[in-house]
Amino acid sequence: MKIVVDFDACMSNAQCVRAAPTVFEVRDDGFLYILQEEPPESLRAAVEEAARLCPTQAITIEDGSAK
Amino acid sequence: MRSVVIVGASLAGVSAAKSLRKHGFTGSITVVGDEPHAPYQRPPLSKQFLAGTWDRPRVDLRMPDTLGVEWMLGARAASLDTYRREVVLANGRQLPFEGLVIATGARARSPRWYAERAGAFMLRTLDDAIAIRDHVRAGARRFAIVGAGFIGSEVAATLSALGCDVTLIDVDPLPMVRVLGEPIARVCLRAHEAHGVRCELGVAVEGLIGESSVEGVRLADGRVIDADGVVVGAGVAPNVEWLRDSGIVMDDGVACDATGAAEGIDRVVAAGDVARLDHPYYGSRRVEHWNNAITQGDAAARTLLAAPGDAAPHVAIPFFWSDQYDSKLQLVGLPSPTDTIRVVEGALDAPRFVALYERDGVATAALLCNSMHRMAAYTASVEAAAREAAHAAAP
Repeated sequence: MKIVVDFDACMSNAQCVRAAPTVFEVRDDGFLYILQEEPPESLRAAVEEAARLCPTQAITIEDGSAK
Repeated sequence: MRSVVIVGASLAGVSAAKSLRKHGFTGSITVVGDEPHAPYQRPPLSKQFLAGTWDRPRVDLRMPDTLGVEWMLGARAASLDTYRREVVLANGRQLPFEGLVIATGARARSPRWYAERAGAFMLRTLDDAIAIRDHVRAGARRFAIVGAGFIGSEVAATLSALGCDVTLIDVDPLPMVRVLGEPIARVCLRAHEAHGVRCELGVAVEGLIGESSVEGVRLADGRVIDADGVVVGAGVAPNVEWLRDSGIVMDDGVACDATGAAEGIDRVVAAGDVARLDHPYYGSRRVEHWNNAITQGDAAARTLLAAPGDAAPHVAIPFFWSDQYDSKLQLVGLPSPTDTIRVVEGALDAPRFVALYERDGVATAALLCNSMHRMAAYTASVEAAAREAAHAAAP
């Protein structure tokens, strides 16, 4: 699966960081960074949760389910 | 359970529908929404959409193609028959249900002096935002914003960035003071003033001026603020009128237990701006934050699907974000007006800071200014503090 972030929609609320801290990080510059664009299947539930909790729907998972 | 009706097609209703499917519900889901539009996001309406940088498709609420929902948009629910377990629409149609999600949200409150007039607006819906945006595009340049809460403050910032002359008016002495407290509200006031927004605070509005179209507002002290556009952001009221005589318990919204179940009736849940849930950490509250609709919509769905007695409480911590000028404000948790405020990172007159709201030494909320890199950490610590406080208070 591939993580795609709409950086224009991203408001750095960091709920994705809480759900999947090895995949998402908000740095000191305030921007979201994707730590692994193609995380392993074992992280699917965590990244789906991140996509669900994002209040601006900025996260899409490609080649997978969950929007 | 083979059929669920969800009344309300914004974020809470859509979140409940997604969650029902995610947790294995294969029965029918009907979503009723009184607006004719496909579900959309509200936060951009006072920011990017109002500014014109985002267009209509950009503010859609995305959902999977496989949701398998019957949509009834532009259909208003008129009453609820809890004996026959049917939602009755304004057009007379009856929708029987085994499970019901009440997610009818809230509507903008209209002050007693407000009247429909060209150039006068409230801002809650997509149509409201389109109307204000079009008014600016038609040449309106002087705006009076009545109410310096979230909506008023963001609209003031957006319109002033568009080059409008903006006056922000509130009966409270500082913008957003009820939700942020005095020291942080002062920071907001300085930001408005630094960007040329004139603030008339501690004064009420008495009336609109102008007959066929708005020419300004009259303040309670007799002064007139000239304007060719007036936007009122005076709070919202939960949409519960359709539940009158249904037997559903209401108390500033639909009264629910901690799991989102409506009091006194089986297989009926509520979520979002319309719902007053008993939060394990914060007590009985009706929360109007955007993310709350996601977490409560999900909790409501899971409660509907749970066996009796097995439903889990909604424990998610609400938060909001607000973009005003150069500041990204984020507040995680639910502060009370009597909480003490303590700056823990940066300083109030610095470009970035973090302040904690505390009651008896325990954090109830954190306010972050331009400190998004700290949001995950403070969400975790506010959550932990709230959880401990709830356990300590439990009998």
